[in-house]
Amino acid sequence: METDWLWGLVGGGLIGLGGAVYLLGNGRVMGASGIIGGLVDGTARKTTLEKLVFLAGVVLLPLLLQSLSSAPVSTHMTGNIITIISAGLLVGIGTRIASGCTSGHGVCGISRLSLRGIVATVFYILAGGMTLVVFRHGLGLI
Amino acid sequence: MRLFYSFLAGGLFGTGLFLSGMTDTTKVQGWLDVFGAWDPTLAFVMGGAILPMAVAWRLTEGRKPLAGGHFPTASQPELDPRLIVGSAMFGVGWGLVGLCPGPVIASITYNGWGGVLFLMAMLIGMAAAPKFGLQLDRLATKA
Repeated sequence: METDWLWGLVGGGLIGLGGAVYLLGNGRVMGASGIIGGLVDGTARKTTLEKLVFLAGVVLLPLLLQSLSSAPVSTHMTGNIITIISAGLLVGIGTRIASGCTSGHGVCGISRLSLRGIVATVFYILAGGMTLVVFRHGLGLI
Repeated sequence: MRLFYSFLAGGLFGTGLFLSGMTDTTKVQGWLDVFGAWDPTLAFVMGGAILPMAVAWRLTEGRKPLAGGHFPTASQPELDPRLIVGSAMFGVGWGLVGLCPGPVIASITYNGWGGVLFLMAMLIGMAAAPKFGLQLDRLATKA
């Protein structure tokens, strides 16, 4: 749709505002993989509750918006079980080894001109682009 | 107050992911698919998010977080194998399905069994990551 870029900009602004609240309020970098991963590997400790509350906000607001919207929003998620499991494992391992994902390295890192954030973003976008070339255009699997 | 800021930040993050279309896997794969029907939306989302964040980083100068404590210090500008290999692995998974950690959580109530399965696999991957990291460090010191 022609207005997709505008919704992207507005939604992006809200994502950035969320990051700003998390940083200026709690003094923490808003990275989704760090918040989830910290709960999984037990490194969250004292921050366990605030991480859970953050995730509750991430789940509840889209749920509310989804129920209010006239047309349900489709995620167009693939139904291929092998693809889903492989991708989930890669995203889980990769983001934790790299200490960040699209929100931590991308949004929070680039905005403070962090070299690590910029390099990470270049590599995951390049790897993602090559994945589309190989698995969609080459092998026709996705 | 920490919990209030956490919920507010999470709510804004989730709302932003929802409104921007980033929980729609075709929009993410469309951004990565340079040789297909390329979709520039993700660039607008990134740009829109980076602007307020850049202002926030400026505001941290000479201040302390509202709920107490300290602001995170800038990370060492070290480009280690973990950052490169980890980001590349993440990128492949991201491209295969079009989901990254934030949108997985944001869409979990309306993404069907596929979203739940992806989340499970991601959590297992996260739990296994420290072992992979150590293995990677060993390989890197040998090379």
